Amino acid sequence: MTQPAYRTEGLTKVYGEGRSAVHALRGVDLEIPEGEIVVLLGPSGSGKSTLLNIIGGLDRSTDGTAHFRDLCLTGMSDRQLTRYRRDHVGFVFQFYNLMPSLTARENVELVTDIAPHPLDPDDALELVGLRDRRDHFPAQLSGGEQQRVAIARAVAKQPDVLFCDEPTGALDSQTGRAVLRVLTDVNARLGTTLLMVTHAASTAAMAHRVIHFADGRIREVVRNETRVSPEEIAW
Amino acid sequence: MSPLDHKLLRDLWRLKGQAAAIGAVVALGVLMLVMMTGLSASLTETRDAYYERYRLAEVFAPVARAPERLAERLGSIPGVSAVQTRVTGQALIDLPGRLLPVQAQALSLPDSGRPALNDVYLTDGRLPAPAQPDEVLLLRSFARAHGLVPGDHLRATMRGARRSFTIVGLAQSPEFLYTTAPGELVPDDARFGVIWMNRSGLAAAYDMSGAFNEALLGLAHGAGEAGVIDAVDRVLEPYGGIGAYARADQLSSRFVAEEINGIRVTAIAVPPVFLGVAAFLLYIVIGRLVQAEREEIGLLKAFGYTNAEVGAHYFKLILAIAIGGALAGCLGGIASGRAMTGLYTTYYKFPFLVFRLEPVSLVAGVSTGILAASTGGLFVMRRIFSLAPAEAMRPPTPPNYSGSGRIGQGLARVLDVPGRMVLRRLTRQPVRMAGAVVGIGCGMALSAAMITLHAGFDRTIELTYSVIDRSDVTVTFTHPVSSKTLFELARLPGVQRVEAVRHVPVVMRHGRISHRGALTGLPEQPELSRALDTDVRPIALPETGVILSRVLARKLAISPGELLRVDVREGRQPELTIPVAGIADSLLGAPAYMNLDALNRALREPRRVSGAALLIDEGQGPSIHAALQDMPVVAGVSVKSEARDAFVTLMDEGAGTTRYIMGAIAFVITFGIVYNAARVALAERQRDLASLRVMGFSRGEAAFVLLGELAVVTLVALPVGVVLGYFLSFAIAEGFSTDLYQIPVFFDPLSYGQATLVVLGAAVVSGWLVKRDLDRADLVATLKTRD
Repeated sequence: MTQPAYRTEGLTKVYGEGRSAVHALRGVDLEIPEGEIVVLLGPSGSGKSTLLNIIGGLDRSTDGTAHFRDLCLTGMSDRQLTRYRRDHVGFVFQFYNLMPSLTARENVELVTDIAPHPLDPDDALELVGLRDRRDHFPAQLSGGEQQRVAIARAVAKQPDVLFCDEPTGALDSQTGRAVLRVLTDVNARLGTTLLMVTHAASTAAMAHRVIHFADGRIREVVRNETRVSPEEIAW
Repeated sequence: MSPLDHKLLRDLWRLKGQAAAIGAVVALGVLMLVMMTGLSASLTETRDAYYERYRLAEVFAPVARAPERLAERLGSIPGVSAVQTRVTGQALIDLPGRLLPVQAQALSLPDSGRPALNDVYLTDGRLPAPAQPDEVLLLRSFARAHGLVPGDHLRATMRGARRSFTIVGLAQSPEFLYTTAPGELVPDDARFGVIWMNRSGLAAAYDMSGAFNEALLGLAHGAGEAGVIDAVDRVLEPYGGIGAYARADQLSSRFVAEEINGIRVTAIAVPPVFLGVAAFLLYIVIGRLVQAEREEIGLLKAFGYTNAEVGAHYFKLILAIAIGGALAGCLGGIASGRAMTGLYTTYYKFPFLVFRLEPVSLVAGVSTGILAASTGGLFVMRRIFSLAPAEAMRPPTPPNYSGSGRIGQGLARVLDVPGRMVLRRLTRQPVRMAGAVVGIGCGMALSAAMITLHAGFDRTIELTYSVIDRSDVTVTFTHPVSSKTLFELARLPGVQRVEAVRHVPVVMRHGRISHRGALTGLPEQPELSRALDTDVRPIALPETGVILSRVLARKLAISPGELLRVDVREGRQPELTIPVAGIADSLLGAPAYMNLDALNRALREPRRVSGAALLIDEGQGPSIHAALQDMPVVAGVSVKSEARDAFVTLMDEGAGTTRYIMGAIAFVITFGIVYNAARVALAERQRDLASLRVMGFSRGEAAFVLLGELAVVTLVALPVGVVLGYFLSFAIAEGFSTDLYQIPVFFDPLSYGQATLVVLGAAVVSGWLVKRDLDRADLVATLKTRD
């Protein structure tokens, strides 16, 4: 087996102190291989988003270690985490988070301007099927289109890993499937490792690997022998 | 407490920085209003009460020498309710340890009983005893300046005779609220004295037995002042009356009136600026809050809360900030009003001056503060009302920037993407940005104008004492004397140059406008005391015509080429008609210059002078002063350095301190605007900025997007502030200038530089505070919440 993209040992995250302390992660040991689509499933507060945030370089753990390839994320300074996000990671959030003052293309350029090996912004938009909408501002795009621009922006720097936190949470079934199609295409064409947090259990069917969370721990890791295409997912 | 009120308190706590900044601006506006109206009311009331209680005359009628029996005739003039005749004279007081005698005015008090008019307020000791011609009362401020107390002896020269007196008491008088050395405008307690003594004693000294040389008149309620003055002039004319004048023209009274007027102008002009800025800030901040809480508003409406209830909730927030600011302003206004009255009593000699809290001004302060704030809030209310519950519950649509794409598209091409974000935000909300620019510009303007005015005072000192008047010593004669006297002065060892001056008291008229003043006769090409034009070049005095100072020409509404009527109030009192030959720029007083020979010709009094300007060898000063004191024709000697020092002291101690206060006020306004603009920008862009950080932008790069906007707004505001400040300084100078003194305004780069520093300082502090918040922001939480 090749080196995993991520490896965590005893990863723990506690919010607050004393009696009001909340244990979001209670010692998570995990390996995520390169190039896979991994879906993190679980109820609210089970710790899946916390894990995503820590290995995505947005948050710090209380205890344990997390490695991306040879990089130890848990010991990094703020500046180093910024560097890590800049060079390796892309994010897609539930609420798109596009810059309203920039056109679709410019939103993508925001990333390609600072990335070491970016795609051409137009190609990134082509990937999500929005090349002809590139000069539109977010206010002129539908919710699904905005989310596809957000994905184009995330993949345009050709990140090693793409983190998606409820990427279809705000979308209807049809647009949701279209967005998932884009994500599987990115994974297939660019070989990007994809980590996706979701409530929707049916989405798991398109993943290589499904990690079930409960109460701050990994309850079960399931490897899908057969994956379904996004179009076949029951919404 | 309802849940909404809990929310209100928490909102206030969350917005505390912004609330405090806005509250401070409201507070300053209210402070100025309460302080200025209170001060003007206190001064007005105290003055009026003082005038009334000590019966200050309403008409002053100086005359050469009139028999006492005329008093009865004066009393029978319709409208006259009281008459008091008196003897006045000039005296020189010798003080131990002081080379130069101090000029003083001697005034008579009735031999027995209190005067019917112009009574004195005895602060120490007693009145002179009836048959004691050597007992005197002394003006309290003068006595204090020289450490004189009742029981001390005083030596004075009256009409050339040296006399010795005993000080039996100290007094204040409504006639001398504001005292300056003769011919000067800045108060100096030490250099002008007033002596009161018994009528018989003073009459003997000035050869006025059975006569008077000044009549004081009180008027019946509703009597016409002008009619009485005309009638008095007719009665006194055969006895050398030089023209009666109203209380408003009396020097001290005029100064106090001008001062009160200046305060009123400030009370009307300045607070609205602050309150306007506060209204604008509240509009922006509460508007932003409502935008952010669309969901909550929709939810409340969905629950069945009415528009009025929801509106009231946000309105309470506005009220809380406005009332808090207004109350703080009231307290501050009372405190600073008290401090100011303390300052005023140093320059205006009221027997008492208590800062009177005007309940009206408190109510006005609080209500205008609230009103201004509400105006800002009302526009926000409209938005709350128009918000449909369902609309509020839908996910937010991104603000539309498509319209802004065209603006500055060319510029956009040269900018990188973060630069474009800054540019588009600026162009998308031009009105709001313009508001911020104008607001910061106002802060800058206020600061620039105030600093410029103070630089103007420095320039006044420089121009008046170094360029206009280049003499060292000015000598005044007891009466117009032959110009041969100047040779005597020139012969004194150490006197390097002597220049003739002739001051003639006159009333100038043009159409229906008149002005009591003096014509100043100078040599054709004066070297020591000069008239200057706008470019600070000396004006040669022509053979015919008068050169008027700009302020005088404006007051009389006369221009060069027109004819000025001049009623001379001296000697034979001829009426002259003189063409206006030109306009001079002066800063102190409202002089009118004429060629000395031409003036004497017009008066048919050849080769007469009333004084001289001297350039002397400083080393021989003492002997020159001693020699001058021995000349019977010398009424007074004034040393320029002393006059200059008095002015400098006034600027440093009194008016000068306000420059720091004004700087602080400008800082607060600018800070209030910049800080709020920064907070609002941060609130609106938190999501954008967090996204940038998640994408791998560093803190500095993300902060650029936020602070770049502020920087542009601030930088654009600077030239706006310069322009506004330029006009504001003229407006304020205009408001404060009187025909007693003018405040010069000019473009002083240093002042604008200092004002720029104030603005930049405020911007840097707010930028730093906001960046600190940005650095602390929780990236994940921001991105996971809906806008």
